[in-house]
Amino acid sequence: MTQHASPPRDNTDKVPTVGQPPVWRGVFARADVRTLSLLGVLAVLILIGGITKPDEFLDTRNLQLVLTQASVIGVVTVGMTFVITSGGIDLSVGAIVALSSVWATTVATQEYGFAGILFTAVIVGVGCGLVNGLLIAYGGMVPFIATLAMLASARGLALQLTDGKTQIVTITSVLDLGERDAYVLGIPPLVMVFAVVTIIGWLILNRTTFGRRTVAVGGNAEAARLAGIDVRRQRLYLYLLSGLCCGIAAFLLIILAGSGQNTNGNLYELDAIAAAIIGGTLLSGGRGTITGSVLGVLIFTTITNIFALNNLQSDVQQIAKGAIIVAAVLVQRRTASTT
Amino acid sequence: MAPEPPLLSMSGITKSFPGVRALDGVDLDVQAGEVHCLLGQNGAGKSTLIKVLSGAHQPDTGTIHWRGEPVTLRSPIAAMRLGIATIYQELDLVEHLSVAENVHLGHEPTAAGFVVRGKAAKASTAALLKRLGHPEIDPARLVGALSAAQQQIVSMARALSHDVRLIVMDEPSAALDPDEVDNLFRIVGDLTADGVAVVYISHRLEEIRRVGDRVTVLKDGRAVAGGLPAESTPTREVVALMTGRNVEYVFPDRPATQPQGTPVLEVQGLARDGEFEALDLSIQPGEIVGLAGLVGSGRSEILETIYGARKATAGQVRVDGRALRPGSVRAAVRAGLGLAPEERKAQALLMLESVTRNVSVSSMSRFSRAGWIDRGAELGAARAATRELSLRPDNPSVPIRTLSGGNQQKAVLARWLLRGCRVLLLDEPTRGVDVGARAELYAVIRRLADEGLAVLLVSSEVPEVLGLADRVLVLREGRVVHTAPARELDEHRVLDLVMEGSPAS
Repeated sequence: MTQHASPPRDNTDKVPTVGQPPVWRGVFARADVRTLSLLGVLAVLILIGGITKPDEFLDTRNLQLVLTQASVIGVVTVGMTFVITSGGIDLSVGAIVALSSVWATTVATQEYGFAGILFTAVIVGVGCGLVNGLLIAYGGMVPFIATLAMLASARGLALQLTDGKTQIVTITSVLDLGERDAYVLGIPPLVMVFAVVTIIGWLILNRTTFGRRTVAVGGNAEAARLAGIDVRRQRLYLYLLSGLCCGIAAFLLIILAGSGQNTNGNLYELDAIAAAIIGGTLLSGGRGTITGSVLGVLIFTTITNIFALNNLQSDVQQIAKGAIIVAAVLVQRRTASTT
Repeated sequence: MAPEPPLLSMSGITKSFPGVRALDGVDLDVQAGEVHCLLGQNGAGKSTLIKVLSGAHQPDTGTIHWRGEPVTLRSPIAAMRLGIATIYQELDLVEHLSVAENVHLGHEPTAAGFVVRGKAAKASTAALLKRLGHPEIDPARLVGALSAAQQQIVSMARALSHDVRLIVMDEPSAALDPDEVDNLFRIVGDLTADGVAVVYISHRLEEIRRVGDRVTVLKDGRAVAGGLPAESTPTREVVALMTGRNVEYVFPDRPATQPQGTPVLEVQGLARDGEFEALDLSIQPGEIVGLAGLVGSGRSEILETIYGARKATAGQVRVDGRALRPGSVRAAVRAGLGLAPEERKAQALLMLESVTRNVSVSSMSRFSRAGWIDRGAELGAARAATRELSLRPDNPSVPIRTLSGGNQQKAVLARWLLRGCRVLLLDEPTRGVDVGARAELYAVIRRLADEGLAVLLVSSEVPEVLGLADRVLVLREGRVVHTAPARELDEHRVLDLVMEGSPAS
């Protein structure tokens, strides 16, 4: 049907390009209002950072730091975005990051070197995701409850494994990835991993059948089921995906901190949910945006950085974060009702 | 001496919803101590009328007099204060509260204004239950643990816990055994002896004769007859009043020759406990088979069970001679079945998505390689399928929620057309579709059949089934009571069958 015999109908195929507006209008028309407003917020923040601490904030090292900090929570948020888009929630991401980072840095694991740490971090993440997914998809548990239980157990297990002690990483090939020598064109390897995860996540959500099924399940699970989609299997895969992202994030955290700790990833679940929501993913499911989520993460990380540079304490940061979540959701409700 | 004013007098009540005029100038008079029956087909306006009466809907125009005084029923609470109580078809009880708590919900006996006096509530509940002939129901039990019939008694106790002058009962016998129906009628008799009026809604004519004093017949939002004597009005006359039609639908011509050949869909002894009894059915390519019956006759349940969305307790479904795995929608879809469900928005559509994505959702593997979607091919295929059904607007990129009901239904049909489905199950295909757009939808369905699809059609609108189907199965309470070619049936005959269930005479 790409070619049609009757000429008049060809016009309807090209409705959006009739009249050929300038290129910049095309770019703006394609990026939706929400993404633009998030970019606007980020720009304002950078402006504030540049004005209040011109030397420190815009310093290359500081920008590298901001992006590196954003990478760990960013990878988690990509997985969370999928889960929320499907109408679910994963409260256990922070605890899974903790358990993965701890399990991957035990003395026994470290004997297997770089590969042992990476493999363990990923497998533990996927394993926790598998348990979540089975409980939710086939055990009929509410995602909130199942992942809340996982949050408690995974943190408990992480504490048991470490006995509350910090496990120092001794594998230099792992630690080297966090060093400046490993930066490529000034970009830290962690940030590159984040970028790759983001791009793959975007492609999966927007260009694959897996992404379509995710959106369909979140938009209307009953309609998806009656359309012939295996809703339960899709749910299982989604929690596996979230677990996988947690495993990757745990590995990044190990590189960043040079250690594994049972307190790692504390409250990541809230940060990831908040970033996804202000990014424009619907908490009720059916609509998700990886671009929005990543911008949400960058906004939060930038705020934290600016506040730290200005010697504002974390209590003020928390209040600001809360205010931003409320403002973002209110603005979205406005725009949603007018469009 | 002036005559006693009626207890309730509604006159000229109109109520419109977007696209529908549900009530179009209805009058209703109810005397104290009478059982006044409301009769009408699905969509005639009965539910809307009782919602106006119970304060749940506000009428657009019209007046309501209560004991001769004009009143406005602003809310269900306002109606209840006057003494109007409603027992809805879907019981509105809180399952996790006890019987006594449900009965007194919202008007709990209290001490010091807020402390609930549980004992007093239980005692008065027990007294009410005794009056209703069910002293065995424990006021302390959770409502969720009771049977449907017992829950109905609790609902009635709740109505009586107020100082009630008029009770509206919406199909109260639908969930009851014959014994329990007798008890219900005894209660109705007691109530009316006390001077309470009952507005009784039922599809069952024989019940109306037994319990009713007068009958008001609704059709297309109008009262076509008010205050007929319930016992002496002939069934013929009542049915004629219910069916007399203003709007004539245009149905497509049937093919000259009936399709012959091997059936594509065969259903053998299919049954689901409590929903429908062993059903046999076969449909050939090119044939449209209709299921006619009232709400609660098991129509939608049959379709959903054939489709695998509900698991059959007995029997099997065969497509091209091969048995389907029971209870699996995916198996049914793979075998070539497609369902256009009754609740289009809740069960079929992805309301946030474009037409394209709604159409392609069941055939994604056709446009994808290793999970990667070829969006050009997807759009092209969706455009071809929607054009074939003349879906408007002719742009599958628009959000589906911007479409009219008829075009949304076409999008659902396009989904199955694209999938290449062989058997189409249509549940109320014209619900929420403008009268003007229906003829077009009928033509589309007939054309799909002519192209070789087998169609199983369910509709509560009898003319639709008779006009569109080749063969009709008449259902009553989960059982097929009659099967005949559509041209040998008329609307009166079908309504006789679905309401009286009498065998062919």
